[in-house]
Amino acid sequence: MVPVSEYVRVERGTKASRIFAVLATLGVVALIALPWWGTAGWMRLIAECAYYVALAQLWNLLAGYAGLVSVGQQAFVGLGGYALFYLTEQMNMNVYVAVLLAGPFAGLMAIPVSFAVFRLRGAYFAIGTWVVSEAFSLFASLILVLGAGSGLSLTVPILEQVSPDRDTRNALLYLMTLAVSLFVVGVVYLLLRSRHGLALTAIRDSEPASASLGVNTFRTKFIIFVATAACTGLVGALIFLQKLRISPEAAFSVNDWTVVVIFMVVIGGIGTIEGPFIGMLIYIVLRELLANYGTYYLILLGVIAIVIMLKAPSGIWGWVIQRYNVQLFPVGRRLVPAPFKDSSKRSEKE
Amino acid sequence: MTLLQTHNLSAFYGDFQALFGVDVTIEQGETVAVIGANGAGKTTFLRTVAGALAAAPEAVLFDGKPIGNMTPHEIVRLGIAMVPEGRRLFPSLSVEENLLLGSHSERRGPWSLQRVYELFPRLRELRRLPAPSLSGGQQQMAAVGRALMSNPRLLLCDELSLGLAPVVIRDIYACLGAITAEGTTVVLVEQDINRALDASSRFYCLQEGHLALTAPTKDFDRAALTAAYFGL
Amino acid sequence: MQYLNILIQGSLLGGIYALFAIGLSLSFGIMRLVNIAHGDFIVLSGYVAMVVIQATGVDPFTSLVVVVPVMFGLGYALQRGMLNQTLSGGLLPPLLVTFGISIIIQNGLLQGFGAYDHRLQEGPIETASLHLPGGIDVGVYPLLVFAVAVLCIASLQFLFYGTRLGRAFRAVSDDPYTAELMGLDNRKLYALALGIAMVFTAIAGVLFGIRTIFDPAAGPIRLILAFEAVIIGGLGSMWGTLIGGMVLGIAQSVGAALDPTWQILAGHLAFLTLLILRPEGLFPRTRD
Repeated sequence: MVPVSEYVRVERGTKASRIFAVLATLGVVALIALPWWGTAGWMRLIAECAYYVALAQLWNLLAGYAGLVSVGQQAFVGLGGYALFYLTEQMNMNVYVAVLLAGPFAGLMAIPVSFAVFRLRGAYFAIGTWVVSEAFSLFASLILVLGAGSGLSLTVPILEQVSPDRDTRNALLYLMTLAVSLFVVGVVYLLLRSRHGLALTAIRDSEPASASLGVNTFRTKFIIFVATAACTGLVGALIFLQKLRISPEAAFSVNDWTVVVIFMVVIGGIGTIEGPFIGMLIYIVLRELLANYGTYYLILLGVIAIVIMLKAPSGIWGWVIQRYNVQLFPVGRRLVPAPFKDSSKRSEKE
Repeated sequence: MTLLQTHNLSAFYGDFQALFGVDVTIEQGETVAVIGANGAGKTTFLRTVAGALAAAPEAVLFDGKPIGNMTPHEIVRLGIAMVPEGRRLFPSLSVEENLLLGSHSERRGPWSLQRVYELFPRLRELRRLPAPSLSGGQQQMAAVGRALMSNPRLLLCDELSLGLAPVVIRDIYACLGAITAEGTTVVLVEQDINRALDASSRFYCLQEGHLALTAPTKDFDRAALTAAYFGL
Repeated sequence: MQYLNILIQGSLLGGIYALFAIGLSLSFGIMRLVNIAHGDFIVLSGYVAMVVIQATGVDPFTSLVVVVPVMFGLGYALQRGMLNQTLSGGLLPPLLVTFGISIIIQNGLLQGFGAYDHRLQEGPIETASLHLPGGIDVGVYPLLVFAVAVLCIASLQFLFYGTRLGRAFRAVSDDPYTAELMGLDNRKLYALALGIAMVFTAIAGVLFGIRTIFDPAAGPIRLILAFEAVIIGGLGSMWGTLIGGMVLGIAQSVGAALDPTWQILAGHLAFLTLLILRPEGLFPRTRD
């Protein structure tokens, strides 16, 4: 609570956010304990929710805060997955080490990628990133050591490195996914609370204005792009560690790793931390409910996205903020009226 | 006969109110100046009349017809044309194409390419050039010509003199006579008060979105204008 | 002689990419709309043609008499009824609405026609070829497609620089706010623009459907190829787009000559390389 003037003070946490923090902590504890009280089916579903939340937060950071609307994040999911399979199966690396290296590898690859796609702006940046991902996908489908078009499978010895016992292994994979998701959400949250977060919001709102105020827009965007790629690669490694098989089509699927994620963020509310959670829940619930209707479900998803964009472009959480002015993750700084000693002075000013 | 009447006209940019209940009446054939300090709401007034900013339907009457909620292109069709502030010619169009674009509404009347070139002979020589290659004064002529091409009954001019040399300003204002001679009603928005008052028969002075003073230009109290202008 | 052959075949291939690109370039040039569903509209045109052919027994070329007006109407209606609402809200709304349209088209086609490949049959012209000296064979059909691309671009140039409508298009592209004050109905112009873009999309969809199989999921790659041609050529320059398509076609032919499986990847790599070396494209025009 920094006093900025005698009329207002800056506030970060709110009562709602403190109550939420308590509830969220309890929820996380329950999820961590899931292997001891839930079924394998539940663990699979929650793990999926967890990596989708992570991907959604990362895309939200790129598009909702840094203004980098990418349709090519599947490139980094795929790179992370392939790094894991290549390092373990071909280089005989320990599986845990390989998972940890997958992230930095994807981040490293994002550097040359940025040289090309940063030349494009706005919607063209979006398609440019998509081209990059297509190029990686085609490349993977042509390289023999990567299994070419048919891909690679994780063999039993590698899986036994995780744990020889099947139940323990499933529990460990679940907990790793949960940990990585918490890590990613935590990184995004802390980043947005930091000085960089403020710079990002400024860039999104007006790039020329923030550049003139001394925000290095290129460097900030570059850092966000590379960091997001690294985190996306890490998530990708975990996704394919659970799937046990990787192929160019699955690894670089624009629909599975980007389109679905975009819909989550947009429906939930872009530019907020809460939005991706809400969007993910809606997506998973819809999918479980409509699983038997095949393509109609995807058509419905398209219709929902269009309706949201036309009628409530800030998404469900954006609407909630407008209506109730609540924030569960206090990343913003809010101005609140301070108590006044001299109330006549205040009304005069207004 | 009353050509344009605003009644209790208010205008908003989002939550910000820029005009507060402005009442203006302009007679057919008049030349009227709208003056005021920076941010007084002069341009907002013109934008609202031209339909670029929405207002209540009955707040703007043109020829007795409510137009407050019409779109700009519908309003052009009724006979209101705008010379926007800063000229805003279309850069990828030639001078002649800019003029022709003004005739898009296909209103009939005295003005044609031919007549505009007679009014501004210089434009005929420059007609094939891209608009941005013209000097500021030439661009202003083209912007006036473009507005005339829609054969307006009411011509709205926003800051004709902005950024132009005094000699050039004199030339452009000299042409106003030929325009009003066709029966066209003119509203001049100017920061250059003396220029505006010289060219018009009445004026309205806006101050922070409110109408502060209106009077004939031949006979008014200088002190009252100063007070209205600066809000003293 | 082999190099010359690659150059010729690649250039001709570029004709179809230029055809893909015209619609994308047009809607970006006039209303700054990047239509993510563009590739799906190309594929949709193929399906519309297929339905017309099955219903009436005409050949694909003749089916254009129906496909073109249908696609024009679809474009007009989409812009008027939906996309116009997204234009003032920044980058994301148009991007995501067209994304939604893309998903709906892909899955709608999948639901209606299944995941099978389709191809339109035009008859002997598909395989006819001209024998040039030096042992170079040029397919009559690719030559025809190239000629159609040139014709389309020439007619667009005429529309833009020789007609009242084209003048209005250029004016709204320059400055939509002032254009409206000068009496232009921007929303109607935008709807016409997407309608016209769809005319070229329909032509591209049918001509390509004669040459190459298509299925409900074939849209995105078409979008990407169109996009590459536009960016290589330089935003907003129609003849540049033709050159962009040819550069892309030549790069793919070179790749295919080295190893047939490398064709598409070679195109992507050429695109990315050019993007780094010449970010403005070969023939820049649009200031934005």
